[in-house]
Amino acid sequence: MNIAEIPSLTAVIPEIVLALGSMGLLMLGVFGGDRSTGTVSWLAVALLAVVSWLVSSVTPMERLDAFSGMFRIDGFAGFMKQLALLGSALAVIMSMSFNDREGIARFEYPVLFLFATLGMMMMVSANDLIALYVGLELQSLSLYVVAAFRRDSIKSTEAGLKYFVLGALSSGLLLYGASLIYGFSGSTGFDDLAGALGGDGKAPPIGVVVGMVFVMAALAFKVSAAPFHMWTPDVYEGAPTPVTAFFAVAPKIAAVALLVRVMTGPFGPLLGEWQQVVVVISIASMLIGAFAAIWQTNIKRLMAYSSIGHIGYALVGLAAGGEVGVRGVLVYMAIYLFMNVGTFAVILSMRRRGQMVEGISDLAGLGQTDPRLAAALAIFMFSMAGIPPLAGFFGKLYVFMAAIDAGLVALAVIGVLSSVVSAFYYIRIVKVMYFDDPGPVFDRPLDPATSIILIGTGLFVLLFFVVPAPLIAGADAAAKSLFGG
Amino acid sequence: MIVEALAFYMFAAVAVASGVLVVSVRNPVHSVLFLILAFFNAAGLFVLLGAEFLAMILVVVYVGAVAVLFLFVVMMLDIDFAALRSGFIRYLPIGAMVGLVLLFELALIVGAWITAPDAASAFGAPSPDAAKIANTHALGLVLYTKYAYLFQAAGMILLVAMVGAIVLTLRDREGVRRQNIGEQVARGKRNSVEVRKVRAGSGI
Repeated sequence: MNIAEIPSLTAVIPEIVLALGSMGLLMLGVFGGDRSTGTVSWLAVALLAVVSWLVSSVTPMERLDAFSGMFRIDGFAGFMKQLALLGSALAVIMSMSFNDREGIARFEYPVLFLFATLGMMMMVSANDLIALYVGLELQSLSLYVVAAFRRDSIKSTEAGLKYFVLGALSSGLLLYGASLIYGFSGSTGFDDLAGALGGDGKAPPIGVVVGMVFVMAALAFKVSAAPFHMWTPDVYEGAPTPVTAFFAVAPKIAAVALLVRVMTGPFGPLLGEWQQVVVVISIASMLIGAFAAIWQTNIKRLMAYSSIGHIGYALVGLAAGGEVGVRGVLVYMAIYLFMNVGTFAVILSMRRRGQMVEGISDLAGLGQTDPRLAAALAIFMFSMAGIPPLAGFFGKLYVFMAAIDAGLVALAVIGVLSSVVSAFYYIRIVKVMYFDDPGPVFDRPLDPATSIILIGTGLFVLLFFVVPAPLIAGADAAAKSLFGG
Repeated sequence: MIVEALAFYMFAAVAVASGVLVVSVRNPVHSVLFLILAFFNAAGLFVLLGAEFLAMILVVVYVGAVAVLFLFVVMMLDIDFAALRSGFIRYLPIGAMVGLVLLFELALIVGAWITAPDAASAFGAPSPDAAKIANTHALGLVLYTKYAYLFQAAGMILLVAMVGAIVLTLRDREGVRRQNIGEQVARGKRNSVEVRKVRAGSGI
């Protein structure tokens, strides 16, 4: 083989390290047995930290392609990969003591998280329809398994099965759409597609539009945007709580990144065709997130609807299109990560006499029985509702500003109104904690690692407005790199 | 030429006929066997098209693994297929209507289909001349070079599938005799053979 044909591997070093590292940890677990679960978990966190450092050191200023253009790294990919890695690492840390107490601690758990993270990194960097599909499948397959990880519980098994069947359906939609697009343009590469679709300014052929809508439907399923959200509440409720925490952050971030890349890259020339679809999906998600959550009594189901709503707000930024819109999406997803991880750290501490409790009414009187935990949850709830000066307000501010800049005033108005509606159920939790009669006390204490995560995310959300510059500047550079060149 | 045409009609007719039989025979084992016959004939069609790699994969993967797996499932699970099929006539009108709507939509799309003018030149991997290079060889040339990334990624997916199957189904059961090869090999004469005096005329 000619030396010039050997693909350049510099861009893929983080993924290679993660793949080899996770296989190494799998071996360690196989030979060490379930006693080595703790070691494997901490090593997995260390591996994610190393990969995060590698990502930051290989991410170029300009874009860099590998494997004949199938794999692309740029500032955007770097930013989203860091968020996904952070989300995964925090979820692994929060899982450890939970799994020990629930008796489901097995070494495959962190390894599957690593495989899912590898899939996410491949999704974020995908620059080809096949690479997109392969990354998505790697991530999804690992997620199906961890959703059913508590295999003796009917709910967890149901969650895994439901997620698997509906996920397979959405993969089918994706492949069907991708085959239509390939049939039109003769290429699966994003750059070739953008070239083939961009050319002459004529209306695109109907086959491509149909294919694109199929791909969008499949990706909307993966980010759980309405009207493809049906699986979310059941899966969130049934999966073990730390797995739900993971589902709510890292895969969403990766799928949103993928959606943004596909819509602005190969389908960028078709903005006029897909903008209306994204607007409709976004409005539907915001409304369902706002209204369906009102009647929930289980906090995990409430978080599921809340995450549907948050995806709706993030899609407002995508609908706006352009650099400002993408910057809004990036800022929103980063803040969303911290709010969600923090909230789930609180949910993980809801435990009485060794049993997890998940009802909202179980939080009654937390303000008196555990004032610090209640204060933390109140901060996250106010932030999710978008009350200034907490971080969640700024996330919403940036996407709505982008929408108004793009002339989508109606979309922004609907967003603000549904945000007011959703404030009702977020603040109801605060009311339950501070004004209802206290119930039995929760078991204490939280394990140290989770408390540190809780304090860290709480401080981030509370004090974001003091130094917002680093995150905003990072998101700005990332959004520029997506459109530059 | 005439041989090729005859072969095509034979493979095609048998494939369609066995496809119909898969869904119409009563005995589920027979329908799996017809499914295998349909796969073989589809493989024959691929050979006629000059896609011998696809034909072999079809036989190896679908007949060798998938269909045999089906056969095991059908024979091991006691599924009452007659009961499953009982609502067939009742739901036929709705199903037919959905099918017609889909067909109509597809016809609309195909009717307005335009291929990009420069699609032919943009093909990611143009298929080489079948007379010069066999297509298994041609696939091998790009699979490990141009598509190495996807090949490795597919390998990771298979690994996850394997890990997942083990995580979800493997459990330690009580009262199951396991083979311990080390123990078997370490057996000596001392702990497995016993010498007894047997008195003539009576058993042990």
